[in-house]
Amino acid sequence: METLIEFFSFKYPNIKYVVFGTILLSISSAVVGCFTFIKKKSLVGDVISHAVLPGICISFMASGSKDPFLLIIGAFISGWISILVMDAITRNTKIKEDAATGLSLSVFFGIGILLMTYIQHSGNASQSGLDTFLFGKAAALVGKDLMAFSLIAVIVLITVFLFYKEFKLISFDPQFARVIGLPIKRLETILTSITVLAVVTGIQAVGVVLMAAMLITPAAAARFWTNRLSRMILLASIFGAFSGISGAYISYSAPSMPTGPWMVMILSIIALISFFFAPSKGIVIRQWRRFSIQRQLLEENLLKAFYRIGENSGDHFSQVAIDDIQLIRNFSPAQLAKGLRKLRVNGYVQRDNGTWHLTNEGFEKGKRITRLHRLWELYLTKYLRIAPDHVHEDADTIEHVITPELEARLEKLLEYPTSDPHSSEIPK
Amino acid sequence: MDAFWIILTGSLVAVSCAILGSFLVLRKMSMVGDAISHSVLPGIVIAFFIAGSMQSVWMLVGAGILGVLTTFLIEFFHQKGKLQTDASIGVTFTWLFALGVILVTYYAGNAHIDQDCILHGEIAYVPIDLMYTASGDPIGPKAVIILSVVLITILLFVTLFYKELFITTFDASFAQAIGISTSKWHYALMGLVSLTTVASFESVGAILVVALLIAPAASAYLITNKLSTMLILSSAFGVLSSFFGYWLSYLLDGSIAGAMVTVSGIIFAICYTIVRLKK
Repeated sequence: METLIEFFSFKYPNIKYVVFGTILLSISSAVVGCFTFIKKKSLVGDVISHAVLPGICISFMASGSKDPFLLIIGAFISGWISILVMDAITRNTKIKEDAATGLSLSVFFGIGILLMTYIQHSGNASQSGLDTFLFGKAAALVGKDLMAFSLIAVIVLITVFLFYKEFKLISFDPQFARVIGLPIKRLETILTSITVLAVVTGIQAVGVVLMAAMLITPAAAARFWTNRLSRMILLASIFGAFSGISGAYISYSAPSMPTGPWMVMILSIIALISFFFAPSKGIVIRQWRRFSIQRQLLEENLLKAFYRIGENSGDHFSQVAIDDIQLIRNFSPAQLAKGLRKLRVNGYVQRDNGTWHLTNEGFEKGKRITRLHRLWELYLTKYLRIAPDHVHEDADTIEHVITPELEARLEKLLEYPTSDPHSSEIPK
Repeated sequence: MDAFWIILTGSLVAVSCAILGSFLVLRKMSMVGDAISHSVLPGIVIAFFIAGSMQSVWMLVGAGILGVLTTFLIEFFHQKGKLQTDASIGVTFTWLFALGVILVTYYAGNAHIDQDCILHGEIAYVPIDLMYTASGDPIGPKAVIILSVVLITILLFVTLFYKELFITTFDASFAQAIGISTSKWHYALMGLVSLTTVASFESVGAILVVALLIAPAASAYLITNKLSTMLILSSAFGVLSSFFGYWLSYLLDGSIAGAMVTVSGIIFAICYTIVRLKK
């Protein structure tokens, strides 16, 4: 607790730099990450972050200094070239996007490693510290870095703010954007440029490999909570900022712990929670929905089978043996046991000495499903002119989802029919 | 003699990668290979912690498990969570890599593994680390022996199951129809990719493994349409990269692995130019 208070009172200027630096870069990369996510080009961030290395080395070799702005310019240029190379390969050859991505990423990085080791072995004393670009140095940010970060974050955010509508259009529907006469090429260039900018600054804090996460993970997590781009960007920024603060705090309270990886760890935990538990899009709710639909299908199919048996014997409340049900429709024994148990719990069937019979509620429900099935069969044969022996399967699926309103309209359209195409009675 | 061992090690890595990489490129799964090469890190660290050394089967097992887990997670988020593939790959591997880095820092006191050697290993030390017979005579560098075993495994796998790999790569639905499980071969292939990554990360490092997986295979893919030719060509490109890479690094006094990748990039550029000029 004490460290927490100490941390947030920003007693040491160093903490302030680290916290604001990481928050700024997290937010700017989360914002541009949303656009690359929507364009389904998330891994572009990974390519750029690997590809800046040769640029940094060449700019150092040319200028002999480690001035952050000079290095950033070098990084910016080689990041851009890697994107152009990737696009040229996918456009001009049969090589697919994935291979072009991996190729561009790894070859640029290999060249970068070669150049960096060349610089290190060349005995230039001022080279030390170049490798912070590889692994990041979030915990060692100083005032000068903060200035660079803020400047770039402001550029990125203002650009997105100014071109929000245009970026949204070219990301979601480039064809439409072209048709209404937007300057696609120029807009794409601006968007790619701010992506490169965000990556170039970001890697100084979290390093080459983890930079990809700063772009992709907040956007992916936010996507599970909303369908609106504006909300997605807001959420992604909040996730990014939160991870920035927590990462800085963790490495403050446990100095041996690296800031960058912890930021990514926290982002990933947020993402995993979103993937599993987000309302309406999460994996848990999806699986639950699937499960309950399957259960509903099973129950309704069973009740329908009961109804058919009753129809054949003339008594809807007579005792039914398991074998009779199997004759009507083939259920697996496990399904049958599960379905019957559920039906009994819900009060649709009752059991006496190993045989089963419908209750009043069960009868009504079975009747309704059968009715919907037969109405639909009739509709298909009458209006879509499908042969009567081809309509059963389709009706078997649709019967579970027809609403009472649709039922009424079907009835009216078919002029209150009494029998289906197989001349079975349509129950009232 | 050192040069010989280094070039041999490089060639062994490059040929193993080229063969597996050809399948990755054809299956449009290059980036999954990239993801695996990063996410084996926590497996290596945990195995190192359990076994207490870098020289054990545990490392291969740990990394193999993590590799297959990565593949599974990417598929899982994509299928069950409806997350688009690129994001699914990106989230999964960065998460596992971050976990690995945190574990490395945590055990940093007693481990001689660090981030540097994982990202861009040091092939120059290969000839020093020898393996001995029971009587104490040196057989050869350890890395060479391990990598030979890996290469032989891969060669056996590909020749024995050439037909299955071929069918599942080019026509997955046909494979399904005649009763070949595509997912089984998918995971087998990814298991081998993880194995190769681990076996080679000490010498060339994770990111450069990716280059050797993709670049020679992509170069060969530009030139030929036949799988068998592609496998042979990409292996040849791999060996060439190793040979000229060593020479280039000697010239520049830089990282050997980095130079190998640079050469493989140059080979790709040459293939690309030839193909473009022919059009």
